[in-house]
Amino acid sequence: MAKTLAILPPAQLAPLADAYSAAMAVKRRWTIGGLVLLVVFTLLSAWAGQVDLVKFWTGLPRFASYFYDIVPRLRFETFAADMVEWFWNFDGWLALLLDTLLVAYVGTLAGVLAGFVLCFLASANLTKSTPVRFIARRSLEFCRTFPEIVFALMFVYAFGFGPMPGVLAIAIHTAGALGKQFSEVVENVDMHPVEGLTASGANYVEAIRFGVVPQVLSNFVSYSLLRFEINVRGATVLGFVGAGGIGKELISSIRQFYYADVSAILVIIIGTVFLIDWLTEMLRHRLLGIEGDAR
Amino acid sequence: MSEPARPMRGLGEADRSELKRRYPQAFQAPIAERWLSLAIVVGGAALAIYTLWRFGFSPAKFIDGLDKLGIVAVLMMPPDPGSQLWNYASALAETLAIAFLGTLGSAILALPMGMLAANNVVANRIVHFASRRFLDTIRGVDTLIWALIWINVVGLGPFAGILAIMTSDFGSFGKLFSEAIEASDRKPVDGVLSAGGSRLHSFRFGILPQVLPVLMSQVLYYFESNTRSATIIGIVGAGGIGLYLANEIAQAEWQRVAFIILMILVTVSAIDWVSSKLRLAMIGRRSGATA
Repeated sequence: MAKTLAILPPAQLAPLADAYSAAMAVKRRWTIGGLVLLVVFTLLSAWAGQVDLVKFWTGLPRFASYFYDIVPRLRFETFAADMVEWFWNFDGWLALLLDTLLVAYVGTLAGVLAGFVLCFLASANLTKSTPVRFIARRSLEFCRTFPEIVFALMFVYAFGFGPMPGVLAIAIHTAGALGKQFSEVVENVDMHPVEGLTASGANYVEAIRFGVVPQVLSNFVSYSLLRFEINVRGATVLGFVGAGGIGKELISSIRQFYYADVSAILVIIIGTVFLIDWLTEMLRHRLLGIEGDAR
Repeated sequence: MSEPARPMRGLGEADRSELKRRYPQAFQAPIAERWLSLAIVVGGAALAIYTLWRFGFSPAKFIDGLDKLGIVAVLMMPPDPGSQLWNYASALAETLAIAFLGTLGSAILALPMGMLAANNVVANRIVHFASRRFLDTIRGVDTLIWALIWINVVGLGPFAGILAIMTSDFGSFGKLFSEAIEASDRKPVDGVLSAGGSRLHSFRFGILPQVLPVLMSQVLYYFESNTRSATIIGIVGAGGIGLYLANEIAQAEWQRVAFIILMILVTVSAIDWVSSKLRLAMIGRRSGATA
């Protein structure tokens, strides 16, 4: 194999090499500057966040032993009895879990409906009026800036303890988050059907119903299912502030060191989250498949 | 606005029956499809109504609660921190520190995990499956629960919050990173290997340059979202502004609550703005360099 490389004469090579090292130097300066900034921010945050590596190191065995403690003592000879003892309150927890799932479901449903109405008003291609769009966008932003637990805290004050404040909190956060995603989908639709409908005399609502909705529906459903997954996770902790569901039971068993209960509830929660993720993923794949056939 | 003339409508009506005969699908969906969508709507509504009944929802209670919320909104005006301004500001700094260190730490720890879980780097099915399920399990537990567990280890305070965000994001980043790595182009890797590079070289020069902009933008996105999570992590005692927020709500100090909410709102928007600028700059610069 011939190993000859054509090398340019030095006179031609020098400016190219210089340009290369200049370009590399600029890139290097950016990288070094970024790293210095990163280190400065890290040190500042470590100071503000009271990072204490000694405490971390001495506490680390406790992290491991915590997991050791919460793992139930299951023996092979008495496996069935041990399982029964571990999940002694299975029916009660299952009822609370059902509450959690229903909080997530109704909250998601209400949020989807609100987001559905607001997303068209927030889309630049369908709503020409700037004030309407501005108000719609700002209210969606307000709804999604705060984690649902902040709304839950306030609603628990207003509506009392129980799952209703949780439902409302999830609905508001979901409306904000989905409204934004929906309006991004709406802004990317093909406007020709809408123009056709408007030209043949359709009004605003008719144009959306027959021109936009058929284009966006499968995307909307897919986003809503994803949001339902997220909300199931979110709803498990709403009980921490008294907004219903399994969270209340979990926080009280963590606080009172009922170790076996902690692991039993966590197993139930994680199992449910897996199941919901799997189901919604399957549904979404089915949906996108149908979409592919139909169009 | 006056009703627009609709000359086309009459034209359409004239041979509507003819069109309907030729294209029945355009006028009515197949019967099975219509039954299915009807069943979904009815079933969904029935479940919602059952839930409202189960939760003891009543319009009167609802209106009563809204009334209370209205009173609260009035009491919030004008927002006023009282004598707590300095405490709130330092708690907010703590919140930002929690979000920053939590995101950074989890991103650094998750990179090797992402490699391990990517089937084009480690082509071992058992490793792939085990690492994926491990990450799923971590993600299945909410940040607040991790915070409660870490409080047992390092005590109350923002350090527990940092560790909680680190743990829960480790699960998310591990998954996202491994997906980004799996989606990368195989050819640069082959190029590096055929030029005599080792496996590590092939990752450093073949995969990393492709995935780094994607990973960075994901990390920034999570930093935004963690700023929001870090505002509430104080509710369970893991540092930040959340503790003050929960306390002032519990004591019905509504002017202070309003002030804290405004502080959070401003901070979150500022972080969003900076991070979206950074993200754009990073993606733009990188794609400009490769083109």
